[in-house]
Amino acid sequence: MHIDNNQLLRFTTAGSVDDGKSTLIGRLLYDSKAIFEDQLAAVETTSKKKGHAGVDLALFTDGLRDEREQGITIDVAYRYFTTPKRKFIIADTPGHIQYTRNMVTGASTANAALILIDARNGVIEQTKRHAFIASLLQIPHLIVCINKMDLVGYSEQVYNDIIIQFEEFSSKLYTKDIQFLPISALDGDNVVNRSTRMDWYQGAPLLHTLEHMHISSDINKIDARFPVQTVIRPQRDEFIDYRGYAGRVASGIFRPGDAVTVLPSGFTSKIKTIDTLDGSLEEAFAPMSAAITLEDDIDVSRGDMIVKTNNKPTSTQEFDAMLCWLHNDAARPRAKYTILHTSNEQKAMIKDVLYKIDINTYSREEENKELAMNDIARIKVRTTRPLMIDEYRDNRITGSFILIDDATHETVAAGMIL
Amino acid sequence: MSKYYLNYLDELESEAIFILREVWAQFQNPVILFSGGKDSIVVTHLAKKACYPSRLPFPLMHVDTGHNFPETIQFRDDLITELEAQLIVGSVQESIDQGRVAEERGKNATRNALQITTLLDAIEMHHVDCAIGGGRRDEEKARAKERFFSHRDDFGQWDPKNQRPELWNLLNGKHFEGEHFRAFPISNWTEMDVWNYILRENIKIPSLYFAHEREVVWRSNSWIPVSRHLKLEEGETVHTKKIRFRTLGDITITGGIESEADTLEKIVTEVAAMKQTERGNRSDDKRSETAMEDRKRQGYF
Repeated sequence: MHIDNNQLLRFTTAGSVDDGKSTLIGRLLYDSKAIFEDQLAAVETTSKKKGHAGVDLALFTDGLRDEREQGITIDVAYRYFTTPKRKFIIADTPGHIQYTRNMVTGASTANAALILIDARNGVIEQTKRHAFIASLLQIPHLIVCINKMDLVGYSEQVYNDIIIQFEEFSSKLYTKDIQFLPISALDGDNVVNRSTRMDWYQGAPLLHTLEHMHISSDINKIDARFPVQTVIRPQRDEFIDYRGYAGRVASGIFRPGDAVTVLPSGFTSKIKTIDTLDGSLEEAFAPMSAAITLEDDIDVSRGDMIVKTNNKPTSTQEFDAMLCWLHNDAARPRAKYTILHTSNEQKAMIKDVLYKIDINTYSREEENKELAMNDIARIKVRTTRPLMIDEYRDNRITGSFILIDDATHETVAAGMIL
Repeated sequence: MSKYYLNYLDELESEAIFILREVWAQFQNPVILFSGGKDSIVVTHLAKKACYPSRLPFPLMHVDTGHNFPETIQFRDDLITELEAQLIVGSVQESIDQGRVAEERGKNATRNALQITTLLDAIEMHHVDCAIGGGRRDEEKARAKERFFSHRDDFGQWDPKNQRPELWNLLNGKHFEGEHFRAFPISNWTEMDVWNYILRENIKIPSLYFAHEREVVWRSNSWIPVSRHLKLEEGETVHTKKIRFRTLGDITITGGIESEADTLEKIVTEVAAMKQTERGNRSDDKRSETAMEDRKRQGYF
């Protein structure tokens, strides 16, 4: 299938063993013909061995051996399929509370989140949890699939009641674009093909919704930010004086001639060229990779950020953030960590834990301030040098960071700047 | 629609360049694991873009099993000359001669698993701290959970249950002496994406990918090329067929498919209509359901 001007859409799913998430993904892959005959044959064999009637679609998304043995998904697994309209990347994550960190990871780059509700059970704790994480990670679009409609007699009443239940709490979330769909992943109703058993539903099936979702506005085009990854100084005669700043546009648009400031130094200059191997560009926008050269010979290195002079991020050593603790070892009070923010690496300290959030009830907990794995908390961070930050809700690239434990080099926390 | 969006291939390219530049910036001695297959050729092409106008700063590391297609070796040497790049060869034959590994016995003996020792020895000998590979998450289920930056302990082993979480575009390449990383810039690409990209960029690939006449035998559901390493079994006869290869591994285990696709355009059309995964013709993956995961844990590509 040759597709030219098609966009890439990344979406995340979260679900537990029983709500049919794996079946839904299997259905999307199967009905969009992303599954090959040898994969199908392998799944048919396993289905028979396990004594399932027919092909167990959920087996398509089964990954590592431990998970096969336990029958659960424990990590983020990535799946791919393409239609004539779009290429899709699914970040498939487990749904239990002990895997919050995996859900957060899968959600961090997603344009859309798919939330599954078992029509027999309606909104449960897990639904609220998934919706909260989607909102916390600022996923722009939320699709709520009310699944297993076959088990409630394809009832419009059941569907409408669940929507009311969902909207009761979703009004507290940031997500603005929420869509509802009645589906049956097992039989394929309203997944790829329109259901013939729910005439009362006027909307599009899931795949059509994913194919036509408007995602061009998801990227911030206002605040021009270019974190420098490395400096290109070719040791070649024809480029003897060349100094290019390599990076990926985080947001906004850059053009030759733009007045820019290099942070944190504050030196100003003008963009001379924006270069790629395929030629110089008249403009670069997110998420393009390029090399920028400046009119003036100023000191720029990895970790610096090139921004437009008339629109700068906040330069600060202290800020508030929502933090998700990712590691088995709890946070040590006032311990120092390495903070990685864009390409900038500094030392940081968690100065204070203001409160933790119970992601099932959305209530605040101010007494217990220990940060253990999967905890989500509002914290105060202090860094040794200024970071050039934006609020996460305005900019997912310049508003996010991770903490790294210097003793183990492990990534221990992920933060969203407030 | 606004003009400020990238099509999917441009976005994948940009992501890969971003990852390659992180490797360039975060590591002291990165290499590209180069097999002569299309994926490592695409990674090399992307690395050229990531570092332009610098010369390719990554040496190409080739694990030579001694069971190569001659066409692959020729292609590799031509590319090295063109890029003015450095070539590092790890030889499985040398590992066997030095007694580091023993040749497999039996009917389906291959040198596939032996590569692990040679690769890890070469990584250690050249103080490589990051080996860039062309692995894709769509290839195989164990690869679906691979990170862009994948940590290996000082035995070169991968621990899939204990991987560092990777969020946004923040890549943590910190490691201790003796440990190394594998980096996978085209993780998010599918086989189809790779072919569409090769076509769009007009990237040179070995002639083996194009339909050609070759002497082959029918074994394990595919056409295995006749070579000096192939022992004919009873009942097997040599045919001359017009075939091409979808993936390139050792000449002993890489099966071809019958095809008329002798141009990139025809290959793209043919791949789009394929009903079998590309690794379906690789006997190394058929040994057990978790064959790939088992090899990866030990340090395989």
